Amino acid sequence: MMVQTMDNYQPILLPGIPDLHKINVYEKHGGYQALRKALAITPEDIIEEVKRSGLRGRGGACFPTGLKWSFMPRDTDKPKYLCVNGDESEPGSFKDRQIFEFNPHLLIEGTVITSYAIGARVAYIYIRGEYEHWVRLMEKALADAYESGYVGEKMSGTLGTDFKVDIYVHRGAGAYICGEESSLMNSIEGKRGYPRVKPPFPAQNGLWGCPTTINNVETISNVPHIIRNGGDWYNQIGAEKHPGPLLIGVSGHVNKPGVYELPTGVLLTDVIYKYAGGVRGDKKIKCVIPGGSSMPPLRGDQIEGVRMDAESLREAGSAVGTAGVIVMDEDTDMVRVLTRITKFYKVESCGQCTPCREGTGWALKVLERIRRGEGRIEDLDLLVSIANNIEGNTVCALGDAAAWPIRHTITRFRDEFEEYIRKTSKLAAA
Amino acid sequence: MFTEEEHRKVQEIRSHYPTAQAAVMSVLHLYQDKYGYISFEGMQYVAELLEIPVEHVLGVVTFYEMYHDHPIGKFHLQVCTNVSCLLRDSDTVLETISKRLGIAPGETTDDGTFTVTEVECLGSCGTAPMMSVNKEYKENLTPEKINEIIDALLAS
Repeated sequence: MMVQTMDNYQPILLPGIPDLHKINVYEKHGGYQALRKALAITPEDIIEEVKRSGLRGRGGACFPTGLKWSFMPRDTDKPKYLCVNGDESEPGSFKDRQIFEFNPHLLIEGTVITSYAIGARVAYIYIRGEYEHWVRLMEKALADAYESGYVGEKMSGTLGTDFKVDIYVHRGAGAYICGEESSLMNSIEGKRGYPRVKPPFPAQNGLWGCPTTINNVETISNVPHIIRNGGDWYNQIGAEKHPGPLLIGVSGHVNKPGVYELPTGVLLTDVIYKYAGGVRGDKKIKCVIPGGSSMPPLRGDQIEGVRMDAESLREAGSAVGTAGVIVMDEDTDMVRVLTRITKFYKVESCGQCTPCREGTGWALKVLERIRRGEGRIEDLDLLVSIANNIEGNTVCALGDAAAWPIRHTITRFRDEFEEYIRKTSKLAAA
Repeated sequence: MFTEEEHRKVQEIRSHYPTAQAAVMSVLHLYQDKYGYISFEGMQYVAELLEIPVEHVLGVVTFYEMYHDHPIGKFHLQVCTNVSCLLRDSDTVLETISKRLGIAPGETTDDGTFTVTEVECLGSCGTAPMMSVNKEYKENLTPEKINEIIDALLAS
Protein backbone atom coordinates (compact mmCIF):
# COMPACT_ATOMS: atom_id res chain seq x y z
CA MET A 1 0.00 0.00 0.00
CA MET A 2 1.32 3.40 -0.97
CA VAL A 3 2.11 5.77 1.88
CA GLN A 4 -0.34 8.64 1.79
CA THR A 5 1.23 12.07 2.02
CA MET A 6 -0.31 15.49 1.73
CA ASP A 7 0.65 15.79 -1.94
CA ASN A 8 -0.44 12.42 -3.27
CA TYR A 9 -3.46 11.95 -1.00
CA GLN A 10 -6.21 9.88 -2.59
CA PRO A 11 -9.62 10.38 -0.94
CA ILE A 12 -11.06 7.23 0.64
CA LEU A 13 -14.31 8.51 2.15
CA LEU A 14 -15.45 10.42 -0.92
CA PRO A 15 -13.28 8.94 -3.67
CA GLY A 16 -15.27 10.44 -6.51
CA ILE A 17 -16.02 7.10 -8.22
CA PRO A 18 -19.10 7.53 -10.44
CA ASP A 19 -22.23 5.79 -9.13
CA LEU A 20 -20.48 4.56 -5.98
CA HIS A 21 -23.80 4.91 -4.16
CA LYS A 22 -25.02 1.87 -6.11
CA ILE A 23 -24.35 -1.38 -4.32
CA ASN A 24 -22.91 -3.23 -7.34
CA VAL A 25 -20.45 -0.41 -8.02
CA TYR A 26 -19.50 -0.31 -4.34
CA GLU A 27 -18.92 -4.08 -4.38
CA LYS A 28 -16.84 -3.84 -7.55
CA HIS A 29 -14.52 -1.43 -5.76
CA GLY A 30 -13.92 -3.77 -2.84
CA GLY A 31 -17.06 -2.84 -0.93
CA TYR A 32 -18.21 -5.15 1.88
CA GLN A 33 -14.86 -7.01 1.81
CA ALA A 34 -13.92 -5.35 5.10
CA LEU A 35 -17.10 -6.74 6.61
CA ARG A 36 -16.15 -10.28 5.59
CA LYS A 37 -12.70 -9.75 7.07
CA ALA A 38 -14.17 -8.31 10.29
CA LEU A 39 -16.57 -11.21 10.82
CA ALA A 40 -13.64 -13.64 10.58
CA ILE A 41 -11.94 -12.09 13.61
CA THR A 42 -13.21 -11.42 17.14
CA PRO A 43 -14.92 -8.21 18.27
CA GLU A 44 -11.99 -7.66 20.65
CA ASP A 45 -9.55 -7.83 17.70
CA ILE A 46 -11.56 -5.21 15.83
CA ILE A 47 -11.55 -2.88 18.82
CA GLU A 48 -7.76 -3.36 19.13
CA GLU A 49 -7.29 -2.60 15.44
CA VAL A 50 -9.36 0.59 15.72
CA LYS A 51 -7.40 1.60 18.83
CA ARG A 52 -4.16 1.03 16.90
CA SER A 53 -5.45 3.18 14.04
CA GLY A 54 -5.69 6.20 16.34
CA LEU A 55 -9.14 7.07 14.92
CA ARG A 56 -10.77 9.88 16.90
CA GLY A 57 -14.40 10.94 16.68
CA ARG A 58 -15.31 13.30 13.87
CA GLY A 59 -18.41 14.76 15.52
CA GLY A 60 -16.49 17.42 17.41
CA ALA A 61 -15.07 15.94 20.59
CA CYS A 62 -12.17 13.96 18.99
CA PHE A 63 -12.59 11.15 21.52
CA PRO A 64 -10.62 7.95 20.66
CA THR A 65 -13.12 5.66 18.95
CA GLY A 66 -11.62 2.31 19.95
CA LEU A 67 -11.51 3.39 23.58
CA LYS A 68 -15.18 4.45 23.44
CA TRP A 69 -16.13 1.03 22.09
CA SER A 70 -14.19 -0.71 24.84
CA PHE A 71 -16.48 0.91 27.44
CA MET A 72 -19.34 -1.31 26.26
CA PRO A 73 -19.91 -4.07 28.83
CA ARG A 74 -19.19 -7.61 27.60
CA ASP A 75 -21.15 -9.44 30.27
CA THR A 76 -24.68 -8.13 30.13
CA ASP A 77 -28.04 -9.68 29.35
CA LYS A 78 -29.40 -6.38 28.11
CA PRO A 79 -29.60 -5.60 24.40
CA LYS A 80 -26.90 -3.26 23.14
CA TYR A 81 -27.36 -0.45 20.66
CA LEU A 82 -25.36 1.60 18.20
CA CYS A 83 -26.46 5.11 17.23
CA VAL A 84 -24.90 6.72 14.21
CA ASN A 85 -25.10 10.47 14.58
CA GLY A 86 -26.05 12.19 11.33
CA ASP A 87 -27.91 15.09 12.90
CA GLU A 88 -25.39 17.47 11.31
CA SER A 89 -26.81 20.79 12.45
CA GLU A 90 -23.68 22.71 13.39
CA PRO A 91 -23.60 25.91 11.32
CA GLY A 92 -20.75 25.56 8.84
CA SER A 93 -20.95 21.75 8.76
CA PHE A 94 -22.25 19.93 5.67
CA LYS A 95 -20.03 16.86 5.39
CA ASP A 96 -22.19 13.92 6.48
CA ARG A 97 -24.72 14.58 3.75
CA GLN A 98 -21.94 13.95 1.20
CA ILE A 99 -21.51 10.46 2.64
CA PHE A 100 -25.28 9.81 2.58
CA GLU A 101 -25.35 10.87 -1.05
CA PHE A 102 -22.11 9.63 -2.54
CA ASN A 103 -20.94 6.73 -0.36
CA PRO A 104 -23.87 5.38 1.69
CA HIS A 105 -22.66 1.78 1.60
CA LEU A 106 -19.39 2.75 3.24
CA LEU A 107 -21.46 4.06 6.14
CA ILE A 108 -23.62 0.92 6.18
CA GLU A 109 -20.57 -1.36 6.08
CA GLY A 110 -18.98 0.62 8.92
CA THR A 111 -22.22 0.43 10.90
CA VAL A 112 -22.38 -3.37 10.58
CA ILE A 113 -18.71 -3.79 11.55
CA THR A 114 -19.11 -1.45 14.54
CA SER A 115 -22.26 -3.26 15.66
CA TYR A 116 -20.35 -6.55 15.55
CA ALA A 117 -17.46 -5.01 17.52
CA ILE A 118 -19.67 -3.73 20.33
CA GLY A 119 -22.24 -6.52 20.21
CA ALA A 120 -25.22 -4.47 19.02
CA ARG A 121 -28.07 -6.22 17.22
CA VAL A 122 -29.85 -2.99 16.34
CA ALA A 123 -28.32 0.22 15.02
CA TYR A 124 -30.08 3.52 14.36
CA ILE A 125 -28.78 6.04 11.86
CA TYR A 126 -30.13 9.37 13.10
CA ILE A 127 -30.52 11.89 10.28
CA ARG A 128 -31.75 15.44 10.76
CA GLY A 129 -35.36 15.92 9.65
CA GLU A 130 -34.60 18.58 7.05
CA TYR A 131 -32.38 16.09 5.18
CA GLU A 132 -35.45 14.22 3.92
CA HIS A 133 -33.89 13.80 0.48
CA TRP A 134 -30.82 12.19 2.08
CA VAL A 135 -33.00 10.06 4.36
CA ARG A 136 -34.55 8.60 1.20
CA LEU A 137 -31.10 7.99 -0.33
CA MET A 138 -29.96 6.18 2.82
CA GLU A 139 -33.16 4.15 2.98
CA LYS A 140 -32.68 3.07 -0.63
CA ALA A 141 -29.07 2.04 0.04
CA LEU A 142 -30.17 0.19 3.18
CA ALA A 143 -32.88 -1.69 1.28
CA ASP A 144 -30.25 -2.81 -1.23
CA ALA A 145 -27.88 -3.88 1.56
CA TYR A 146 -30.71 -5.89 3.19
CA GLU A 147 -31.55 -7.46 -0.16
CA SER A 148 -27.91 -8.48 -0.72
CA GLY A 149 -27.66 -9.92 2.78
CA TYR A 150 -25.15 -7.50 4.29
CA VAL A 151 -27.70 -6.39 6.87
CA GLY A 152 -30.52 -8.23 8.64
CA GLU A 153 -31.99 -11.70 8.35
CA LYS A 154 -30.12 -12.74 5.19
CA MET A 155 -26.65 -12.13 6.65
CA SER A 156 -26.08 -15.78 7.47
CA GLY A 157 -26.64 -16.74 3.83
CA THR A 158 -24.37 -14.10 2.34
CA LEU A 159 -21.68 -13.99 5.00
CA GLY A 160 -21.93 -17.41 6.65
CA THR A 161 -22.21 -15.86 10.09
CA ASP A 162 -24.45 -16.18 13.12
CA PHE A 163 -24.15 -12.48 13.75
CA LYS A 164 -26.90 -10.30 12.43
CA VAL A 165 -27.86 -6.69 12.88
CA ASP A 166 -30.82 -4.58 11.84
CA ILE A 167 -30.21 -0.99 10.82
CA TYR A 168 -32.96 1.63 10.84
CA VAL A 169 -32.95 5.27 9.83
CA HIS A 170 -34.47 7.53 12.48
CA ARG A 171 -35.46 10.89 11.08
CA GLY A 172 -35.27 13.92 13.35
CA ALA A 173 -37.66 16.86 13.14
CA GLY A 174 -35.60 20.01 13.50
CA ALA A 175 -33.60 20.45 16.70
CA TYR A 176 -29.88 21.25 16.83
CA ILE A 177 -29.71 19.86 20.33
CA CYS A 178 -30.38 16.33 19.04
CA GLY A 179 -26.80 16.19 17.79
CA GLU A 180 -25.84 15.99 21.46
CA GLU A 181 -25.59 12.27 22.14
CA SER A 182 -27.91 11.93 25.13
CA SER A 183 -30.48 14.20 23.53
CA LEU A 184 -30.22 12.10 20.37
CA MET A 185 -31.07 9.01 22.40
CA ASN A 186 -34.12 10.70 23.91
CA SER A 187 -35.17 11.67 20.41
CA ILE A 188 -34.87 8.07 19.18
CA GLU A 189 -37.00 7.05 22.18
CA GLY A 190 -39.65 9.43 20.84
CA LYS A 191 -39.24 12.08 23.51
CA ARG A 192 -38.46 15.78 23.61
CA GLY A 193 -34.75 16.08 22.90
CA TYR A 194 -33.50 17.07 26.34
CA PRO A 195 -29.91 16.13 27.17
CA ARG A 196 -29.42 13.73 30.06
CA VAL A 197 -27.18 14.21 33.05
CA LYS A 198 -23.92 12.24 32.80
CA PRO A 199 -22.95 9.96 34.49
CA PRO A 200 -24.34 7.43 33.86
CA PHE A 201 -22.66 7.33 30.45
CA PRO A 202 -24.36 5.79 27.41
CA ALA A 203 -22.15 2.69 27.49
CA GLN A 204 -23.75 1.86 30.86
CA ASN A 205 -27.16 3.43 30.51
CA GLY A 206 -28.11 4.54 27.02
CA LEU A 207 -31.11 3.83 24.79
CA TRP A 208 -33.94 2.44 26.93
CA GLY A 209 -31.44 2.07 29.78
CA CYS A 210 -29.28 -0.32 27.77
CA PRO A 211 -25.57 -0.11 26.84
CA THR A 212 -25.24 2.20 23.83
CA THR A 213 -22.46 3.65 21.70
CA ILE A 214 -22.93 6.84 19.67
CA ASN A 215 -20.54 7.65 16.81
CA ASN A 216 -20.60 10.30 14.12
CA VAL A 217 -21.35 9.33 10.48
CA GLU A 218 -17.83 10.25 9.32
CA THR A 219 -16.23 8.34 12.20
CA ILE A 220 -18.10 5.14 11.30
CA SER A 221 -17.21 5.60 7.63
CA ASN A 222 -13.51 5.31 8.48
CA VAL A 223 -13.97 1.89 10.06
CA PRO A 224 -14.13 -0.30 6.89
CA HIS A 225 -10.86 1.23 5.66
CA ILE A 226 -9.16 0.51 8.98
CA ILE A 227 -10.28 -3.12 8.90
CA ARG A 228 -9.35 -3.55 5.24
CA ASN A 229 -5.88 -1.99 5.38
CA GLY A 230 -5.01 -2.24 9.06
CA GLY A 231 -4.70 0.21 11.91
CA ASP A 232 -1.01 0.79 11.21
CA TRP A 233 -1.76 1.87 7.64
CA TYR A 234 -4.45 4.28 8.81
CA ASN A 235 -2.20 5.67 11.51
CA GLN A 236 0.27 6.86 8.86
CA ILE A 237 -2.28 9.20 7.28
CA GLY A 238 -2.14 12.80 8.47
CA ALA A 239 -1.30 14.17 11.92
CA GLU A 240 0.47 11.89 14.37
CA LYS A 241 -1.93 12.27 17.30
CA HIS A 242 -5.09 12.75 15.26
CA PRO A 243 -4.62 10.65 12.13
CA GLY A 244 -6.80 9.87 9.13
CA PRO A 245 -8.73 11.64 6.47
CA LEU A 246 -10.83 14.65 7.43
CA LEU A 247 -13.87 15.98 5.61
CA ILE A 248 -13.34 19.72 5.71
CA GLY A 249 -16.32 21.85 4.75
CA VAL A 250 -15.28 25.30 3.60
CA SER A 251 -17.87 28.06 3.42
CA GLY A 252 -18.13 31.84 3.52
CA HIS A 253 -16.03 34.22 1.45
CA VAL A 254 -14.01 31.73 -0.58
CA ASN A 255 -14.00 31.22 -4.35
CA LYS A 256 -14.67 27.48 -4.23
CA PRO A 257 -16.72 26.53 -1.17
CA GLY A 258 -17.32 22.82 -0.66
CA VAL A 259 -16.23 19.69 1.18
CA TYR A 260 -12.59 18.71 0.75
CA GLU A 261 -11.26 15.38 1.95
CA LEU A 262 -7.71 15.91 3.12
CA PRO A 263 -5.44 14.27 5.68
CA THR A 264 -5.62 15.78 9.17
CA GLY A 265 -2.73 18.15 9.75
CA VAL A 266 -3.21 19.99 6.47
CA LEU A 267 -2.40 23.69 6.82
CA LEU A 268 -5.49 25.84 7.33
CA THR A 269 -4.04 28.34 4.84
CA ASP A 270 -3.65 25.53 2.27
CA VAL A 271 -7.29 24.56 2.79
CA ILE A 272 -8.34 28.13 2.09
CA TYR A 273 -5.92 29.14 -0.68
CA LYS A 274 -4.88 25.88 -2.35
CA TYR A 275 -8.13 23.94 -2.25
CA ALA A 276 -10.98 26.41 -1.73
CA GLY A 277 -9.60 28.83 -4.30
CA GLY A 278 -8.68 31.70 -1.98
CA VAL A 279 -10.77 34.63 -0.82
CA ARG A 280 -13.32 36.27 -3.14
CA GLY A 281 -11.99 39.42 -4.75
CA ASP A 282 -8.53 38.66 -3.30
CA LYS A 283 -9.52 40.37 -0.08
CA LYS A 284 -7.70 39.89 3.20
CA ILE A 285 -9.04 37.48 5.78
CA LYS A 286 -10.48 39.04 8.90
CA CYS A 287 -11.64 35.89 10.65
CA VAL A 288 -11.74 32.11 10.27
CA ILE A 289 -13.91 29.81 12.36
CA PRO A 290 -12.13 26.48 11.86
CA GLY A 291 -14.63 23.95 13.20
CA GLY A 292 -18.24 25.10 12.94
CA SER A 293 -19.91 28.05 14.68
CA SER A 294 -19.35 26.71 18.20
CA MET A 295 -15.58 26.84 17.95
CA PRO A 296 -13.58 29.94 18.90
CA PRO A 297 -12.91 32.18 15.87
CA LEU A 298 -9.34 32.96 14.86
CA ARG A 299 -8.22 36.37 13.63
CA GLY A 300 -6.77 36.51 10.13
CA ASP A 301 -3.33 37.11 11.63
CA GLN A 302 -3.62 33.97 13.79
CA ILE A 303 -3.97 31.34 11.06
CA GLU A 304 -0.45 31.16 9.64
CA GLY A 305 1.08 27.73 10.33
CA VAL A 306 -2.09 26.39 11.96
CA ARG A 307 -2.97 22.83 10.96
CA MET A 308 -6.33 21.08 10.80
CA ASP A 309 -5.89 18.68 13.68
CA ALA A 310 -6.96 18.68 17.32
CA GLU A 311 -3.55 19.55 18.78
CA SER A 312 -2.55 22.31 16.37
CA LEU A 313 -5.92 24.03 16.59
CA ARG A 314 -5.93 23.83 20.37
CA GLU A 315 -2.51 25.48 20.48
CA ALA A 316 -3.85 28.19 18.21
CA GLY A 317 -6.73 28.84 20.62
CA SER A 318 -9.57 27.05 18.87
CA ALA A 319 -10.66 23.48 18.14
CA VAL A 320 -11.25 21.21 15.16
CA GLY A 321 -14.94 20.63 15.99
CA THR A 322 -16.69 19.33 12.89
CA ALA A 323 -14.03 20.84 10.58
CA GLY A 324 -16.49 23.35 9.18
CA VAL A 325 -14.17 26.16 8.11
CA ILE A 326 -16.00 29.49 7.83
CA VAL A 327 -13.94 32.19 6.14
CA MET A 328 -14.74 35.91 6.53
CA ASP A 329 -13.08 38.66 4.54
CA GLU A 330 -11.88 42.08 5.74
CA ASP A 331 -15.27 43.74 5.12
CA THR A 332 -17.19 41.43 7.46
CA ASP A 333 -19.19 43.04 10.28
CA MET A 334 -18.14 40.99 13.31
CA VAL A 335 -20.84 42.52 15.52
CA ARG A 336 -23.46 41.21 13.14
CA VAL A 337 -21.79 37.80 12.81
CA LEU A 338 -21.66 37.33 16.58
CA THR A 339 -25.25 38.52 16.97
CA ARG A 340 -26.41 35.96 14.40
CA ILE A 341 -24.42 33.14 15.96
CA THR A 342 -25.73 34.01 19.42
CA LYS A 343 -29.30 34.06 18.10
CA PHE A 344 -28.75 30.51 16.86
CA TYR A 345 -27.84 29.25 20.33
CA LYS A 346 -30.71 31.16 21.90
CA VAL A 347 -33.16 29.57 19.45
CA GLU A 348 -31.68 26.10 19.80
CA SER A 349 -31.20 26.04 23.59
CA CYS A 350 -33.56 23.33 24.82
CA GLY A 351 -34.37 25.46 27.86
CA GLN A 352 -33.59 22.80 30.42
CA CYS A 353 -30.71 24.59 32.20
CA THR A 354 -31.13 28.16 33.43
CA PRO A 355 -27.63 29.46 32.57
CA CYS A 356 -28.02 28.46 28.92
CA ARG A 357 -31.73 29.30 28.51
CA GLU A 358 -31.46 32.73 30.15
CA GLY A 359 -27.83 33.46 29.32
CA THR A 360 -28.15 33.04 25.56
CA GLY A 361 -31.25 35.26 25.50
CA TRP A 362 -29.62 37.91 27.67
CA ALA A 363 -26.46 37.94 25.53
CA LEU A 364 -28.60 38.28 22.41
CA LYS A 365 -30.49 41.25 23.89
CA VAL A 366 -27.22 43.00 24.71
CA LEU A 367 -25.83 42.35 21.23
CA GLU A 368 -29.04 43.56 19.60
CA ARG A 369 -28.94 46.80 21.55
CA ILE A 370 -25.36 47.32 20.41
CA ARG A 371 -26.56 46.80 16.83
CA ARG A 372 -29.39 49.29 17.40
CA GLY A 373 -26.82 51.94 18.33
CA GLU A 374 -27.59 51.78 22.05
CA GLY A 375 -24.43 49.98 23.11
CA ARG A 376 -22.17 50.83 26.01
CA ILE A 377 -18.48 49.96 26.15
CA GLU A 378 -19.06 48.06 29.38
CA ASP A 379 -21.52 45.82 27.51
CA LEU A 380 -18.47 44.00 26.15
CA ASP A 381 -17.35 42.96 29.61
CA LEU A 382 -20.93 42.10 30.46
CA LEU A 383 -21.12 39.77 27.45
CA VAL A 384 -17.89 38.03 28.42
CA SER A 385 -19.19 37.69 31.95
CA ILE A 386 -22.45 36.14 30.72
CA ALA A 387 -20.44 33.69 28.59
CA ASN A 388 -18.24 32.78 31.54
CA ASN A 389 -21.30 32.08 33.65
CA ILE A 390 -22.86 29.79 31.04
CA GLU A 391 -19.78 27.70 30.36
CA GLY A 392 -19.44 24.62 32.53
CA ASN A 393 -22.74 25.25 34.30
CA THR A 394 -25.08 23.24 32.08
CA VAL A 395 -26.04 19.60 31.57
CA CYS A 396 -24.68 19.46 28.03
CA ALA A 397 -22.09 21.15 25.85
CA LEU A 398 -24.54 23.51 24.10
CA GLY A 399 -23.91 26.01 26.87
CA ASP A 400 -20.17 25.89 26.19
CA ALA A 401 -20.84 26.05 22.45
CA ALA A 402 -22.79 29.26 22.99
CA ALA A 403 -20.23 30.75 25.37
CA TRP A 404 -17.09 30.19 23.31
CA PRO A 405 -17.98 32.30 20.26
CA ILE A 406 -19.22 35.13 22.50
CA ARG A 407 -16.12 35.26 24.66
CA HIS A 408 -13.56 34.71 21.91
CA THR A 409 -15.16 36.93 19.28
CA ILE A 410 -15.28 39.84 21.73
CA THR A 411 -11.80 39.19 23.09
CA ARG A 412 -10.20 38.75 19.67
CA PHE A 413 -12.10 41.52 17.88
CA ARG A 414 -12.48 43.90 20.80
CA ASP A 415 -11.16 46.91 18.84
CA GLU A 416 -13.87 46.47 16.23
CA PHE A 417 -16.62 46.11 18.84
CA GLU A 418 -15.43 49.23 20.70
CA GLU A 419 -15.18 51.22 17.49
CA TYR A 420 -18.67 50.08 16.49
CA ILE A 421 -20.11 51.25 19.79
CA ARG A 422 -18.24 54.58 19.77
CA LYS A 423 -19.38 55.33 16.23
CA THR A 424 -23.00 54.34 16.63
CA SER A 425 -23.99 54.97 20.23
CA LYS A 426 -24.58 58.07 22.31
CA LEU A 427 -24.31 55.87 25.34
CA ALA A 428 -20.79 54.75 24.49
CA ALA A 429 -19.03 56.65 27.34
CA ALA A 430 -16.79 54.82 29.81
CA MET B 1 -57.48 9.45 8.68
CA PHE B 2 -54.92 6.82 7.67
CA THR B 3 -55.52 4.43 4.79
CA GLU B 4 -54.79 0.74 5.00
CA GLU B 5 -51.41 1.32 3.38
CA GLU B 6 -50.57 4.05 5.88
CA HIS B 7 -51.55 1.72 8.71
CA ARG B 8 -49.13 -0.85 7.33
CA LYS B 9 -46.45 1.85 7.27
CA VAL B 10 -47.20 2.64 10.92
CA GLN B 11 -46.83 -1.04 11.79
CA GLU B 12 -43.52 -1.17 9.95
CA ILE B 13 -42.23 1.89 11.79
CA ARG B 14 -43.44 0.43 15.07
CA SER B 15 -41.44 -2.76 14.43
CA HIS B 16 -38.17 -0.79 14.41
CA TYR B 17 -38.38 -0.05 18.11
CA PRO B 18 -38.95 -1.86 21.40
CA THR B 19 -41.49 0.80 22.49
CA ALA B 20 -44.46 2.40 20.76
CA GLN B 21 -43.42 5.82 21.96
CA ALA B 22 -40.27 5.68 19.82
CA ALA B 23 -42.40 5.47 16.68
CA VAL B 24 -44.10 8.81 17.39
CA MET B 25 -41.72 11.05 15.41
CA SER B 26 -41.98 9.04 12.19
CA VAL B 27 -45.75 8.66 12.53
CA LEU B 28 -46.07 12.42 13.05
CA HIS B 29 -44.03 13.00 9.88
CA LEU B 30 -46.41 10.65 8.07
CA TYR B 31 -49.42 12.53 9.43
CA GLN B 32 -48.05 15.95 8.56
CA ASP B 33 -47.11 14.82 5.04
CA LYS B 34 -50.76 13.92 4.55
CA TYR B 35 -52.53 16.83 6.25
CA GLY B 36 -49.95 19.62 6.08
CA TYR B 37 -50.02 20.23 9.81
CA ILE B 38 -50.87 18.43 13.03
CA SER B 39 -54.06 19.61 14.72
CA PHE B 40 -54.88 18.61 18.28
CA GLU B 41 -57.28 16.04 16.82
CA GLY B 42 -54.32 14.75 14.79
CA MET B 43 -52.28 14.40 17.95
CA GLN B 44 -55.14 12.49 19.57
CA TYR B 45 -55.34 10.22 16.54
CA VAL B 46 -51.60 9.48 16.62
CA ALA B 47 -51.77 8.91 20.39
CA GLU B 48 -54.58 6.39 19.96
CA LEU B 49 -52.78 4.64 17.11
CA LEU B 50 -49.67 4.13 19.22
CA GLU B 51 -51.54 3.75 22.52
CA ILE B 52 -49.54 6.50 24.19
CA PRO B 53 -50.79 9.57 26.10
CA VAL B 54 -51.77 12.55 23.93
CA GLU B 55 -49.81 14.81 26.28
CA HIS B 56 -46.76 12.98 25.13
CA VAL B 57 -47.51 13.58 21.45
CA LEU B 58 -48.18 17.26 22.21
CA GLY B 59 -44.80 17.46 23.95
CA VAL B 60 -43.03 16.12 20.89
CA VAL B 61 -44.93 18.29 18.40
CA THR B 62 -44.13 21.44 20.37
CA PHE B 63 -40.45 20.59 20.88
CA TYR B 64 -39.40 19.97 17.29
CA GLU B 65 -39.26 22.86 14.83
CA MET B 66 -40.54 20.94 11.81
CA TYR B 67 -43.93 19.97 13.18
CA HIS B 68 -46.64 22.57 12.66
CA ASP B 69 -49.64 22.67 14.96
CA HIS B 70 -51.45 25.09 12.68
CA PRO B 71 -51.91 25.29 8.88
CA ILE B 72 -49.19 26.96 6.83
CA GLY B 73 -48.93 27.95 3.18
CA LYS B 74 -48.97 25.39 0.40
CA PHE B 75 -45.35 26.26 -0.33
CA HIS B 76 -43.12 26.76 2.66
CA LEU B 77 -40.05 28.82 1.79
CA GLN B 78 -37.49 28.41 4.55
CA VAL B 79 -34.57 30.76 4.13
CA CYS B 80 -31.35 30.02 6.00
CA THR B 81 -29.86 33.18 7.50
CA ASN B 82 -27.22 31.53 9.65
CA VAL B 83 -23.59 32.57 9.42
CA SER B 84 -22.43 30.87 6.19
CA CYS B 85 -25.53 32.04 4.31
CA LEU B 86 -25.33 35.50 5.92
CA LEU B 87 -21.79 35.85 4.57
CA ARG B 88 -23.07 35.05 1.09
CA ASP B 89 -25.89 37.55 1.23
CA SER B 90 -28.98 35.79 2.52
CA ASP B 91 -30.29 39.36 3.10
CA THR B 92 -30.89 39.65 -0.64
CA VAL B 93 -32.67 36.30 -0.69
CA LEU B 94 -35.12 37.41 2.00
CA GLU B 95 -35.58 40.82 0.39
CA THR B 96 -36.26 39.34 -3.04
CA ILE B 97 -38.86 36.96 -1.65
CA SER B 98 -40.52 39.55 0.58
CA LYS B 99 -40.76 42.07 -2.24
CA ARG B 100 -42.11 39.53 -4.69
CA LEU B 101 -44.70 38.02 -2.36
CA GLY B 102 -45.45 41.06 -0.23
CA ILE B 103 -44.91 39.25 3.07
CA ALA B 104 -42.30 39.37 5.80
CA PRO B 105 -40.62 36.32 7.34
CA GLY B 106 -43.07 34.49 9.56
CA GLU B 107 -46.06 35.45 7.40
CA THR B 108 -48.31 33.64 4.94
CA THR B 109 -49.80 35.16 1.79
CA ASP B 110 -53.53 35.91 2.05
CA ASP B 111 -54.36 33.21 -0.46
CA GLY B 112 -52.49 30.65 1.65
CA THR B 113 -50.04 29.82 -1.15
CA PHE B 114 -46.75 30.87 0.42
CA THR B 115 -45.30 30.92 3.91
CA VAL B 116 -41.85 32.41 4.40
CA THR B 117 -39.72 31.70 7.44
CA GLU B 118 -36.19 32.50 8.46
CA VAL B 119 -34.54 29.29 9.64
CA GLU B 120 -31.34 28.04 11.20
CA CYS B 121 -28.53 26.28 9.33
CA LEU B 122 -29.84 23.58 6.97
CA GLY B 123 -26.42 22.12 6.16
CA SER B 124 -25.92 23.74 2.76
CA CYS B 125 -23.09 26.06 3.75
CA GLY B 126 -21.02 25.19 0.68
CA THR B 127 -23.88 26.12 -1.64
CA ALA B 128 -25.00 29.27 0.21
CA PRO B 129 -27.23 31.19 0.10
CA MET B 130 -30.04 28.67 0.13
CA MET B 131 -33.62 27.96 1.08
CA SER B 132 -35.79 24.91 1.17
CA VAL B 133 -39.13 24.81 -0.62
CA ASN B 134 -41.23 22.25 1.20
CA LYS B 135 -38.80 19.32 1.13
CA GLU B 136 -36.50 20.43 -1.61
CA TYR B 137 -33.23 22.31 -1.19
CA LYS B 138 -32.66 25.27 -3.53
CA GLU B 139 -29.04 26.31 -3.43
CA ASN B 140 -26.65 28.97 -4.76
CA LEU B 141 -29.57 31.38 -4.92
CA THR B 142 -29.61 34.64 -6.89
CA PRO B 143 -32.55 37.03 -7.29
CA GLU B 144 -33.12 35.68 -10.83
CA LYS B 145 -33.11 32.11 -9.61
CA ILE B 146 -35.53 32.93 -6.79
CA ASN B 147 -37.97 34.55 -9.18
CA GLU B 148 -37.76 31.54 -11.49
CA ILE B 149 -38.47 29.22 -8.57
CA ILE B 150 -41.51 31.28 -7.53
CA ASP B 151 -42.74 31.41 -11.16
CA ALA B 152 -42.49 27.63 -11.38
CA LEU B 153 -44.38 27.20 -8.09
CA LEU B 154 -47.14 29.54 -9.22
CA ALA B 155 -47.46 27.63 -12.50
CA SER B 156 -47.61 24.23 -10.76
